[in-house]
Amino acid sequence: MKVGERGVIEDISLEHIPLSLLEMGCLPGEYVELLQRAPLHDPLYIRVNGSHIAIRKETASQILISKV
Amino acid sequence: MPDRKAIKVALVGNPNTGKTSLFNQLTGLNQKVGNYPGITVDKKVGRAHLSDQVIASIVDLPGTYSINPTTIDENIVLQTLLDKRHDDFPDVIVVVADIENIKRNLLLYSQIKDLKIPTILAINMADQIHRKGIEIDLDLLKMELKSEVVLISARKNIGIEKLKQAILKYKSLGTSSLAHISQKIDEAYFKEIRSKFPDISLYKIWLYITQMDHYNDLDKEQTLIIDEYKKDKVKIKKYQHKETIFRYQQINEILKKTYKVNKASATDLRTRLDKVLTHKIFGYLIFAIILMLIFQSIFDWASIPMDFIDAVFADLSTLVKSTLPEGQLTNLISEGIVPGIGGIVIFIPQIAILFLFVAILEETGYMSRVVFLMDKIMRRFGMSGKSVVPLISGTACAIPAVMAARNISGWKERLITILVVPFVTCSARLPVYAIIIALIIPQERVLGIFSLQGLTLLGLYLLGFGMAMISGYILHKVLKVQGKSFFLIEMPDYKLPSLKNVFYTVVEKTKAFVFGAGKIILAISIILWFLASNGPAAFDEAEQVFENQNDLVLGEPSNKEAALASYKLEHSYIGVMGKAIEPAIKPLGYDWKIGIALISSFAAREVFVGSLATIYSVGDDDEENTTIKKRMAAEINQETGLKLFNVPVGMSLLVFYAFAMQCISTLAIVKRETNSWKWPVIQLIGMGLIAYVASFFTYTLLI
Repeated sequence: MKVGERGVIEDISLEHIPLSLLEMGCLPGEYVELLQRAPLHDPLYIRVNGSHIAIRKETASQILISKV
Repeated sequence: MPDRKAIKVALVGNPNTGKTSLFNQLTGLNQKVGNYPGITVDKKVGRAHLSDQVIASIVDLPGTYSINPTTIDENIVLQTLLDKRHDDFPDVIVVVADIENIKRNLLLYSQIKDLKIPTILAINMADQIHRKGIEIDLDLLKMELKSEVVLISARKNIGIEKLKQAILKYKSLGTSSLAHISQKIDEAYFKEIRSKFPDISLYKIWLYITQMDHYNDLDKEQTLIIDEYKKDKVKIKKYQHKETIFRYQQINEILKKTYKVNKASATDLRTRLDKVLTHKIFGYLIFAIILMLIFQSIFDWASIPMDFIDAVFADLSTLVKSTLPEGQLTNLISEGIVPGIGGIVIFIPQIAILFLFVAILEETGYMSRVVFLMDKIMRRFGMSGKSVVPLISGTACAIPAVMAARNISGWKERLITILVVPFVTCSARLPVYAIIIALIIPQERVLGIFSLQGLTLLGLYLLGFGMAMISGYILHKVLKVQGKSFFLIEMPDYKLPSLKNVFYTVVEKTKAFVFGAGKIILAISIILWFLASNGPAAFDEAEQVFENQNDLVLGEPSNKEAALASYKLEHSYIGVMGKAIEPAIKPLGYDWKIGIALISSFAAREVFVGSLATIYSVGDDDEENTTIKKRMAAEINQETGLKLFNVPVGMSLLVFYAFAMQCISTLAIVKRETNSWKWPVIQLIGMGLIAYVASFFTYTLLI
């Protein structure tokens, strides 16, 4: 995914994702937009379900996204 | 709270919703509104007049995104709301939401509502409703949420009266739950639980199973049942996810009917600022400039009021001595208490400036961007981007810094941050550095602009920070700690800091430091004075011994008096202690007088200057030499005949103070935060060894 692109969350690996990420609104069926990557390409700054949050790549890799 | 009429109100809400502003409006008390999650750490209670007769006792609970806690601060929320016998168990809860992030805020509301406590939803920042193009159907929302909903603007004092009215009528609010989670997740499972706990609300039991490890209102048998349920961790996690997904579904449906946003007014400012502030070059550059500005102001701007304070207390000491009748009490005041208080007051300028910067950075939302920028780098050193905040706070004081590490969710990253933060140059080291630098480094300028003394100080900052990073790296490799690290941070909207909030933060933090650490400093100053003016047998015989030696001490009477005082100090309790450790510290270049200061510094570093002040004011009555600095500069090493505070000794001392763990208050807080004596002990010994070895090499190489 490139900066500025949007996608829909298809699936989340429930075993590897902490509850708090879901509680921030990161849920299957929601739109995600990659707003920015940190200068060293990690973490990622995203907007999902109205929340602006930053997460690490390893966490992001547990979220399956299809592009729109 | 003895007042029976007071309605107990708990404020709950996400971070950055203006919950604390609302608390300020309701109670008139002021404290912090931060942009950094979990800034409201201490328990904050205030009183509000709801009407002429009714008073409410309002508690401002820590900001949290959910009732399922991930940090200690968030845990307080759950503990308060689950335990009916808790002092702050509320009659009514006010959930504070922010109009823009209402969906996420409603998740918390939905969880809270299921606790079956009367709950009011206060939607904050309502003054921006039109600017953001938002429409809300308030009546329908009230119906859907099965409770009272009030639009407020805490900063602009809108809707506060309405909220007070709603709180007054809390008894009429329904307590039915919003989401019936059991049916959606696994009906049979929850039915079984219900049959075992018929008298307790199902959601509460669910929270017991998922979150708590002790349950105040359950008997032994019930505790065992809960522990049995807890074992199936996989199932619990799956159900928690299901629960969250279901709650969001319900909220989405409610909002579809009641809430509309016309997306035209997108957040342009945020995007543009983010582009610059998190840019791969400008981002770091701006951060570096801000740090430089902070350090520059600590040393340069703060030195003016500090020199003034130093001089004032020296004068005061002389004044007390010359006006009060001679005696032990006068000596206690002029040589113990006055310099002791002076040693505390002198910190105020630096601490205030540091907290001013930290408060502004947090208020504006910039701090979250720094966390974002620094995460990858900090991870190499075993820490998280969130460790930046403790490391910066550490330049003020390690105590709030260790507490600020609570926001780091991974245990290993948090532990490493706690362990290395005391290496960062705190303001208690500054007076020590300042006085030694002034003694050994000439007041010259390099290349015409940089002051050599300033550069030395910068070097010491870098030394402390570098050691923190190196230790972090080593600990990262060495420590085998279980537990996955997880990183998640909200990037709040940028906003102008409220001057009022910043001002109160600075005042409160400075006050807390002065009265917290100040007590120790003052107490030790008095003890030191006592130890220096009393002693074993030889001390009491001093005057006799001196009378006999009278002929040997030639010169004027004033010289004789000074020599007597010096003799007395040498034979006082503290002199004996200083001499006892002299062999151990001699390789570092110190004499027994510095030994005295070192001993007293193990309570708190800043006492170094205070105890030297006490030591030298006992040993010297010359009115011309009233400031500590002058007295120290005049000190001669009796063996070599050279100045005692020469470059090798000074550098060795600087290095020792940079690395040694000399702060009882910090050790106490590390023990509390890590819940074991193991880590503070490791810290004390490890840092002590590093300090000793490093000082030894510094001294040996320079001499």
